Amino acid sequence: MESKKKKISVNWALYLMLVPGFLYMLFNNYIPMTFTVIAFKKFNFQKGIWGSEFNGLENFKSLFSTRDSWIILRNTIGYNLVFIVVSLLIGLTLAILLDELASRRGKRLYQMSYLIPYMISITVVSYIVYAFLSTETGFINNGILKILGKDKISWYSQPKYWPFILVTVNQWKWLGYNTIIYYSSVISIDSGYYEAATIDGAARFQRIWYITIPLIRSTIITMTLLQLGSIFRTDFGLFYQVPMDSSALMNVTNTIDTYVYRGIKSVGTLGMSSAAGLYQSVVGFVLILVMNGIVRRIDKESAIF
Amino acid sequence: MVKRDRVFQAIDHVILFLVAAFCVLPLILLFSSSLSNETAVLHEGYHILPREFDLTAYQYIVNGSSGIMRSYGISAIVTLAGTLGNLFITILYAYPISRRDLKGRTFFSFVLFFTILFNGGLIPTYMMWTNTFHIKNTYLAYLLPNLLMNGFYVIMARNFFAANIPFELLESAKIDGAGEVRILKNIVIPMSKPILATLGLFVSLNYWNDWQNGLYYISNDNMYTIQVLLNRMLLDALYMQQGLSKEISSSIGAAMPTSTLKMAIAVLGAIPVLIIFPFIARYLTGGIVVGAVKG
Repeated sequence: MESKKKKISVNWALYLMLVPGFLYMLFNNYIPMTFTVIAFKKFNFQKGIWGSEFNGLENFKSLFSTRDSWIILRNTIGYNLVFIVVSLLIGLTLAILLDELASRRGKRLYQMSYLIPYMISITVVSYIVYAFLSTETGFINNGILKILGKDKISWYSQPKYWPFILVTVNQWKWLGYNTIIYYSSVISIDSGYYEAATIDGAARFQRIWYITIPLIRSTIITMTLLQLGSIFRTDFGLFYQVPMDSSALMNVTNTIDTYVYRGIKSVGTLGMSSAAGLYQSVVGFVLILVMNGIVRRIDKESAIF
Repeated sequence: MVKRDRVFQAIDHVILFLVAAFCVLPLILLFSSSLSNETAVLHEGYHILPREFDLTAYQYIVNGSSGIMRSYGISAIVTLAGTLGNLFITILYAYPISRRDLKGRTFFSFVLFFTILFNGGLIPTYMMWTNTFHIKNTYLAYLLPNLLMNGFYVIMARNFFAANIPFELLESAKIDGAGEVRILKNIVIPMSKPILATLGLFVSLNYWNDWQNGLYYISNDNMYTIQVLLNRMLLDALYMQQGLSKEISSSIGAAMPTSTLKMAIAVLGAIPVLIIFPFIARYLTGGIVVGAVKG
């Protein structure tokens, strides 16, 4: 009897510990989830979220009747697809090249230098990009194009360059992260496989192709599927701060996230923005479930749940 | 065979070195730009090597503007407070759900996990924090929205506790009469230093680098963190000309070296992170691997 009583009182302390986190999630996550109903309402500041009148699917109708809805969808998915493919190719290549390198000091130094950009805030990144691209004082216009005898380019008002710029900046920031993930997977391969292959006379590239890549296949698949699961989300800073919110570039820089943010700045489009936000949340949720389901089938260990 | 290997090693070095240069050179451009002479920059642009080495921009920051230093201080305090708060909540939530004898453990884990899967998005969160809690233009706006607790980090801590702290140890401490709080304080936390260091690192990085909470909730420029100041300065040329020069010119007569000063402030935003980097690189790599593979 006494031990039972003791157990219950002990558990109370454990439940109390859960309280701060539970309350935080309630206010930061769960109650806001119910606020997504404003996507189905004609929002009125005076009446608030619950007082505003329902207008059915009006917000969604007006969102999907605009050209913006197509552009933000195209940009969000298009950039993400390119990011996924490029990150995979670069991350995997660098991981293998690092693994093949004999020098241990080299391995460490290269890895470290790849990780530096990962730690830099996107606001600082936007200044670095500006140092390259500013029309008057930028390094590219003054230090490269001038020497080649070419005219200055007004980078921040020419959309055609930005898909390339954004992919480059994104890689600059993330290649270290991707490399580390694949590298940790490559070095976990049992060296016995390599020794056997070397005895059998396999050349380096054969070894990489027939041993390394098949053995880390599950990491490759998992990473790719999980990234596909978040294909509806973009790095707000990359698409808003780095292009300096330039309206001339909007066609190639506007994604769902930047669109939603612009909605809270101008009241007129709040309805459409909240519709876009909900659409992002729901599709994103479904995608994660689907991709995780696929990962589970391929490799149960790697699934996130 | 050996000779061919030597050739391969050389090529390997060259490729990896070029990628390293690609990663590092942009930062050097930033540093050099901040260390250049303003007039030289206006004529010849930013360059990988400083154009006529000059510290005027930094002198402006140190002597002329209390605003920039104040932003810096706000960033530091926000980072410290946020990291402590986050770790506090994370440990307290992760420990009970790591205990297999906790009733309702599945429920509490699910409550946590679902926040990773589904997110109401910016507008509902914004309405919550502004309409219900009125955090606009308060320092709480830097601390509370989104950054104070991260589902992934709590799961990482839970997994660490579950894998590294033997249940028998907790049982025997209980038999000795230790309460749950004491067990957490005297056994669990001291045994979890590696994961706490890793999480503390990621959380403080998130707080130091955050600019979005400031963008959404702070409009009073006396309350800017360094990142929010950077955001505003680049996107609002007028602010750079007027808002900032108002503060600076009061103490220094000469014209403000706008182009180099911009870069100097950006350097300030990055430098704490760069200074600690060599010491934390190990935890950073470890955290990335654990976080990505077993999120």
